[in-house]
Amino acid sequence: MTLSRQDVAKVGMLAKLALSDAELDTMTSELSKIVGFVSLLDELDTTSVEPLAHPLDTQNVFRDDVPAPSLSTAEALQSAPRHDGQYFLVPAVLGESGAA
Amino acid sequence: MNAANAPTAAPYTTIVGLEVHLQLQTRTKLFCGCSTAFGAPPNTQVCPVCLGLPGSLPVMNRAAFELAMKAALALDCTIASFTKWDRKNYFYPDLPKGYQISQFDLPFSSSGSLEVVDPKGTFAPRTVRIVRVHLEEDAGKSMHDDTAGRADSRIDLNRAGTPLCEIVTEPDLRSPQEARAWLNELKLLLEYLGVSDCNMQEGSLRVDANVNLHIPEASGRIAKTPIVEIKNMNSFRSVERALIYEVARQWEEWQQTRAELGTMPKQTRGWDDPAGVTRAQRHKEESSDYRYFPEPDLVPVTVSPQQLAAVRASMESPPKQLRQSLQSQWNISAYDADVLVNQGRDLVAYFETLAAQVGGGKVASNWMQQDVLRMLKERGGAIADFPVQPAGLADLIARVTAGTFDTSRAREIFAEMVANGRSAADVVGAMEIAAVGEDELRDLCRELLARNPKIVADVQGGKEQAVAGLIGQARKQNANVNPGEFRTMCLEMIRTMGR
Amino acid sequence: MQPAELSAVDIVAAVRQGDLSAVQCAETFLSRIEAGNGSINAFLNVDREGAVACAAKIDARRRAGQPIGPLAGLPVAVKDVLCTANLPTTCASKMLEHFQPPYDADTVSRLRQADAIIVGKTNMDEFAMGGSNENSAFGPVRNPWDLSRAPGGSSGGSAACVAADMAPVAIGSDTGGSIRQPAGLCGITGLKPTYGRVSRRGLIAFASSLDQIGPMARSAADCALVLETIAGHDPGDSTSLVASVPRYTELLEQPLTGVRIGRVPDHFAEGLDPEVAKGVEEAFAVLKAAGATVLDIRMPHAKYGVPTYYLIAPCEASSNLARYDGAHYGRRCEETAARKGSRASNGAIAYDSPLVEMYCRSRGEGFGPEVKRRIMLGTYALSAGYYDAYYAKAMKVRRLIRQDYLDAFEHVDLIGGPVSATPAFKLGEKTGDPLAMYLVDLYTVAANLAGIGGISFPCGFTKSGLPIGFQLQAPALGEPLLLRASDRFQRLTDWHLRRPKKSVR
Repeated sequence: MTLSRQDVAKVGMLAKLALSDAELDTMTSELSKIVGFVSLLDELDTTSVEPLAHPLDTQNVFRDDVPAPSLSTAEALQSAPRHDGQYFLVPAVLGESGAA
Repeated sequence: MNAANAPTAAPYTTIVGLEVHLQLQTRTKLFCGCSTAFGAPPNTQVCPVCLGLPGSLPVMNRAAFELAMKAALALDCTIASFTKWDRKNYFYPDLPKGYQISQFDLPFSSSGSLEVVDPKGTFAPRTVRIVRVHLEEDAGKSMHDDTAGRADSRIDLNRAGTPLCEIVTEPDLRSPQEARAWLNELKLLLEYLGVSDCNMQEGSLRVDANVNLHIPEASGRIAKTPIVEIKNMNSFRSVERALIYEVARQWEEWQQTRAELGTMPKQTRGWDDPAGVTRAQRHKEESSDYRYFPEPDLVPVTVSPQQLAAVRASMESPPKQLRQSLQSQWNISAYDADVLVNQGRDLVAYFETLAAQVGGGKVASNWMQQDVLRMLKERGGAIADFPVQPAGLADLIARVTAGTFDTSRAREIFAEMVANGRSAADVVGAMEIAAVGEDELRDLCRELLARNPKIVADVQGGKEQAVAGLIGQARKQNANVNPGEFRTMCLEMIRTMGR
Repeated sequence: MQPAELSAVDIVAAVRQGDLSAVQCAETFLSRIEAGNGSINAFLNVDREGAVACAAKIDARRRAGQPIGPLAGLPVAVKDVLCTANLPTTCASKMLEHFQPPYDADTVSRLRQADAIIVGKTNMDEFAMGGSNENSAFGPVRNPWDLSRAPGGSSGGSAACVAADMAPVAIGSDTGGSIRQPAGLCGITGLKPTYGRVSRRGLIAFASSLDQIGPMARSAADCALVLETIAGHDPGDSTSLVASVPRYTELLEQPLTGVRIGRVPDHFAEGLDPEVAKGVEEAFAVLKAAGATVLDIRMPHAKYGVPTYYLIAPCEASSNLARYDGAHYGRRCEETAARKGSRASNGAIAYDSPLVEMYCRSRGEGFGPEVKRRIMLGTYALSAGYYDAYYAKAMKVRRLIRQDYLDAFEHVDLIGGPVSATPAFKLGEKTGDPLAMYLVDLYTVAANLAGIGGISFPCGFTKSGLPIGFQLQAPALGEPLLLRASDRFQRLTDWHLRRPKKSVR
């Protein structure tokens, strides 16, 4: 299993990771090797096996709809790289917002 | 061709499906105890969980799940016995964790429907199938200064983590008008159930629409235009307008390009309300690769038939059922029932109390339709704030029934009751309204008959309606005269005179 | 009395009785940290002031006859992956170099409630990704037994500080062996509890379905003492177990007679260092002498553990680490470049907004190479078209691995074996080969995949004087037996009492 440099660049954009040319090269060869290694799993026939996403069998964990204290705005913004005392500030978005 | 009301048959069928995001009426967010109240100063309703701070973990709000189940049940959905949550991964500054907790392959409910009926009959009753209803968290709010272009965007995370129901319909709607009417019915339903306040201005109800055209060709083949998703519509009216615009735009584009579904990626267009147009939005290839996978910080939820029955039992009757029961219980028309139900649960309760107290649905309904609703509309505000309670109105109606005064007089009294929050008795007393005694009425008749020999002659000559001329004079002399009684008495006297 | 040589159990007893003041105890360990941390680099942040103030309060309360907590006066070092409201929490990453959480992790709250004294935050592999502690953005930790060697990872700082007597106990986290492997390489005892036994709230997530917090100390008895405090249900963690917490320290007495311990012959195949193999076999002999029976068992899917782990953990990590995007906290790149909104590109793909450029640059600068590698791997394995082949496949094999354990525990009560194939390796030895580094998790990842508990403790030394670790694994919530068997072993041996000579004393 090998990944192309272009594949890796696309994954880099998806992961929002800036990769230098040198990093792109190493990443391409390392990821290919690792993907080759994990492909060891292909030798197992798992057609009739149910996926296991989580080790717990727990179900139905809820909390009651009871308000708890929020942080102050100052606390909320205390680690923000940039803010105006009310809002987090980020570079221009130029796009559309909202839960999709 | 589809819409029964279409003045001329269009050469295509409009196909519309809707995606509705609904904020559930909980006190706190979906995964943390922060308030969901609207309008707080920015970033004051946030905590480590909804800020997505490192190490924070979500715990599901039980009330949110139950409200979501109510919504799904009201839409006749099947509730899954096992459901789980997934992460939808994408980067956006209003999404602090870098993923939205949503549901992917195992939503808690699916396969429902909701019918919309137009009592005026402008379109045939339409049943819209629901693909699925799922429960997810909302994002925060980002504000951009479009004109400044490269200025900072400002982020407020108060809304982040608010519980949302996403309702996805099949493309079963056939006109913009139907879409609007269906949304009204959906809103009414959800308000009745107390699931959501459905306030579009505050963002508690948001609608995206998918629309395309099916165009029959001479060969009998149906050509389909590419599906367009319309966003940014902030009222049901704008949904209708945007769809009308988009249908026309697609028809025009089809005539020019003949581009069909599947020849290009799905397009997203934003509705520009002031300009009245939809505009293409940029589409990024990688932005739609959401890399869903099961949310490992939450555990699955199972729903037993017993729990389901309990939720069902706790639900108020939906509008459709209420319309029918109002008709059968109070003997009112389908149209009247629809008008009452469409005003919401509180108004229906008002009506039912009133009908019970006056002992009749018909008279109560007439007062509701002609007077209460008109006044409500003039005054603005909700029935809960209406100054005249059902008992007060019932008292007034009882006086009309007893013949103390007639309906038009009662309307004047009612207006005064509403304007100044007074009781009927109070207004009647203050306006010196009292039934005119029989002797007094007889004296008045005698006096007016003596003064109007021409009318007397006319009546004697067989023109009974001529007596109406006396009624006006009588009321001028004494506003409390009951026209019916006066008329009867006059006719009686004229008959006696004639002997 | 020399507090640095006392066990945690003894320290707590001495403080309670007034034989040792909490301040004196804290000062002793703080001095040792100050003397030794320069060479070992186990701590990223030492809270001398806070620790002494806290100790003084405990002494005052004790003198006034007021109640003191079950860990009163016990110095504890906390891995810098757990949020502390009074100390920066960095995950050994430039991304969070100046991050100050506004809340304490559940474990930290419980320690404070119990009157333990948090002396500082320990070094680790960045975001707990690594098996050597060389992935720390703030320099590697050195193994106190040989400063040219790695302490293991990712809880290398926690393991090394206990081994060097800089703290009697430390808190670690274990996603694929990050407590047990460094404990083994540093000659201390480390317990990874059952998944959900200790709340993850405030533990900065690496792989949520695998992460678990646990104690690291010199002995199993000390681990038992700390586990009693940090275990328990937390309504703020949906995956926290509701099961009651046993008095682990009181369950150590029962002998091992009749306890069946599984031995997996495949563990001794090619690749296992002969000295390690010998130490492990001798440990089985000791356990037999203590009354246990040793039975050979098969774990047919053991060899798939590492590849399964290296799909599931990176997939979850790619999502867990998405929040570090420079928007709301953590490192943001120099903005002037991004804000110019040039048609700058990332691997020939143009950034389409200043925001996206900020994201990519901040993450590119803030994360180290191993973290980037895993984010890339996980992003790739979850992306459209690959999910079924990689992530879904791994989830299926995960079930097979868990089934191996369920089957095995039909026949045995515990499973024993090596923790690592080799003793501590040289710093730099494996850094050029990510795959070689991944294989250090060979014996430990399966417990995380299955969600069960495991413990590692020293069972001997190589000729060159490096500790050899032994691992025991138990069914879910089998901590009492894990601790009892380990404690029994430690009553019969003195490997856990040995101390590195050269380093810092």
